[in-house]
Amino acid sequence: MSMEEGTRTRVIFERPRALEPVPMHYCPGCTHGIVHRLVAEVMDELDLAEQSVGVASVGCAVFAYNYFACDMIEAAHGRAPAVAVGVKRVRPDLFVFTYQGDGDLAAIGIAETIHAAARGDNISIVFVNNAVFGMTGGQMAPTTLPGMKTSTTPYGRDPKVAGNPIRICELLSSLEGPAYLARVSVTNPQRVREAKRAMRKAFEAQLKGLGFSLVEVLSTCPTRWAMPPEEALKWVDDNMAVHYPIKEFVVAEGLLEEK
Amino acid sequence: MRGNEAIAQAALDAGCRAYFGYPITPQNQIPEYFAAHMPEVGGVFIQAESELAAINMVYGAAAAGVRSMTTSSSPGISLKQEGISYIAQSELPCVIVNIMRGGSGLGNIAPAQADYFQAVKGGGHGDYRTLVFAGWSVQELYDLTRDAFDIGDRYRSPVMLLGDALLGQMMEPIILPRDVIDPEDLPPKPWATNGAKGRPRNIINSLYINPPDLEEVNLRIQGRYDEAARREVRCAGEHLEGAKLALIAYGTAARVSISAVEEGRAAGLPVGFFRPISLYPFPSREIAALAEQVEAILVVELSLGQLVEDVRLAVEGRCPVHLYGLSGGIVPTPAQVLQKIERLMAETRA
Repeated sequence: MSMEEGTRTRVIFERPRALEPVPMHYCPGCTHGIVHRLVAEVMDELDLAEQSVGVASVGCAVFAYNYFACDMIEAAHGRAPAVAVGVKRVRPDLFVFTYQGDGDLAAIGIAETIHAAARGDNISIVFVNNAVFGMTGGQMAPTTLPGMKTSTTPYGRDPKVAGNPIRICELLSSLEGPAYLARVSVTNPQRVREAKRAMRKAFEAQLKGLGFSLVEVLSTCPTRWAMPPEEALKWVDDNMAVHYPIKEFVVAEGLLEEK
Repeated sequence: MRGNEAIAQAALDAGCRAYFGYPITPQNQIPEYFAAHMPEVGGVFIQAESELAAINMVYGAAAAGVRSMTTSSSPGISLKQEGISYIAQSELPCVIVNIMRGGSGLGNIAPAQADYFQAVKGGGHGDYRTLVFAGWSVQELYDLTRDAFDIGDRYRSPVMLLGDALLGQMMEPIILPRDVIDPEDLPPKPWATNGAKGRPRNIINSLYINPPDLEEVNLRIQGRYDEAARREVRCAGEHLEGAKLALIAYGTAARVSISAVEEGRAAGLPVGFFRPISLYPFPSREIAALAEQVEAILVVELSLGQLVEDVRLAVEGRCPVHLYGLSGGIVPTPAQVLQKIERLMAETRA
C-alpha cells in the first residue's frame, strides 16, 4: 500500500494477499503460521495467486484450503504429490504446490513423493518437518529423532525397535528429477529470511519448467513436544538441525543463472 | 477390435485427455493403447507408481476439470478404493474400469464377477456409490465407455464399468461412430480448481468437521443417485413373452445365458432372459414387474451369490429366485446353464 496522502504513515507490514483474512487453527507457538506466511509472500511477489492450485493432504495442514487465497484441493493422507501431478500434467500453465507434513510425506506418502521427484514432475512441495504426527496426538513420525519421546515411543525412539529417521532431502538428492531441494528452518529472523529465499527458488524452478522442487522446513510442535514455544525453537536448532543439516542439496543450473 | 482396446478408443472419442494406470492382467491393453494414442490427441498418459497414485492423479486431473480415467483389475481396484471414496465425496467425475478376474486375494486372471458387491455397494469407506454399468459385447463396451464420461459429468460422480478377462480380451467387429468429442466443446466446469482468475477461488474438499455440513453434502450426493435411478437405468430383455422362468445375468454370464435360453426356446421351454446393464442404479422396478409375470427367476452369475441379493431385494418375495453361481474364474457352458434350466423347470412342475 502506498503512502497515504497528507500523512507520514505508511504500511510497511501487512497480511499477504495470498492469505485469507481468517484466524488460523494452529496451536500457539506452532511454526505452520510462519511457513504459511512465507508461501503467501512468495506467491504475492511472483503474482501467482490467480494461477495457483494448492494441494494439502491429511495432517495439521489439511485445513490449508481455509488459508491460502487460491484454488485448493484437499487430498487423502500422503497423496498430495499424486494429486498435484494430476493437476499439473493436464494444466502445465498453472502453478501447482503441495503443503505436507512429515507423517504425510515421509511415511504414508513416501512413494508418491519419490516417484514425483524421480519423474521430475514440475511441482513444488513445501514439506513441514516437525518430527511428530501433530494432528493425531503426537505419535512417532518417520522423522522422529532417535531417543525422542512421542506418544508411541514413550520411552524414546529406539532405532532397534522403531527404526531410524529418514532424511528426505538426502534421499531425493540421488534422483535425476529434482531441480531444487533445500532444507531450512524458521527459528530466528535470519533463518526465516533464508527459508523464504529457498521457497522463492523452489517456486521459480517450477515457473521456469526446470522440474521437481521441495523445501523442507524444520518446524516445531510445542503442543506435542510439551515444550514452551521458545524452548521448542531452541530444540530445533540444537537437535533437529544437527540430525537434519540446513542446506541446499540440489540447485538446477537454470536457477544459478539468477545470481 | 479387442474389448480392452475398444474401451480405450471410446475414452479418447469421449474427450478423455488424462489416463493414469498401473499394469495388471487382464487389462494391460488399455494402458498400452493410451500410451500409443494419447500423445496423438495431446493428452496425458502416466504409468503411475501404484494404483493409489494412479487414482489420485485422476483425482487431480478431474479436479482441474479434465475428463480423466483409470483402469485396473480386481486387486488393483481394491487399492483404488481410497481414492474413489475421496473422488465421490469431493463430487468429481471420472471413469474407472474394472476388468474383473477371479479372486479373492491374488486369485487368477480368468473371467469372474466377484467384485459386484464392491462395485455397486460403494467399495471404499463412507456413504457413497459409484454409478456402475456392465456391457456384454465389444460394441457395448465402447458405447458404455463413451456414455460413462457424460454420465459422470452430469452427476459429478465416479462411474465404474465392469468387464472381465473374457470381454477385455475378446475380439469382435464394432462400428465406431463418426463423431468424436472435442474437449473444447464440452460444457465448462465452474467448480474446477484451475486457477481463480476473475472468479472466487474454488475448493475441492471432502472434509467437513461440522456434522450438519457433511450431512448436507451427503444428501446432495444422494439426491444425484436418486435422479440417476430415475434417468439412467438400463436393461434389456429377450424371449420374455410367455416365459415361466426368467434368467437374469449381466456381462459374460449373460452371453452364456442367452445361448442357453435360445436353445431352451428351440426345445419348447418357456424360458426368457433379462439383462441388467446399469448395475447401480439397479433395474429394480423392471425386475419387480418381471417377477409378477414369471413363475420363477434364475440368476446366473460368476460369483457365489452377489447379483442375486439385489434381484431378491427387487423381487420382494413375488416369486422364487434361484441362483446358479460359479466362482474362481469358472465360466459355464450354455449346455450347463440349459441343464440347470431344465432341472429347475422339472422341479417346479413336480
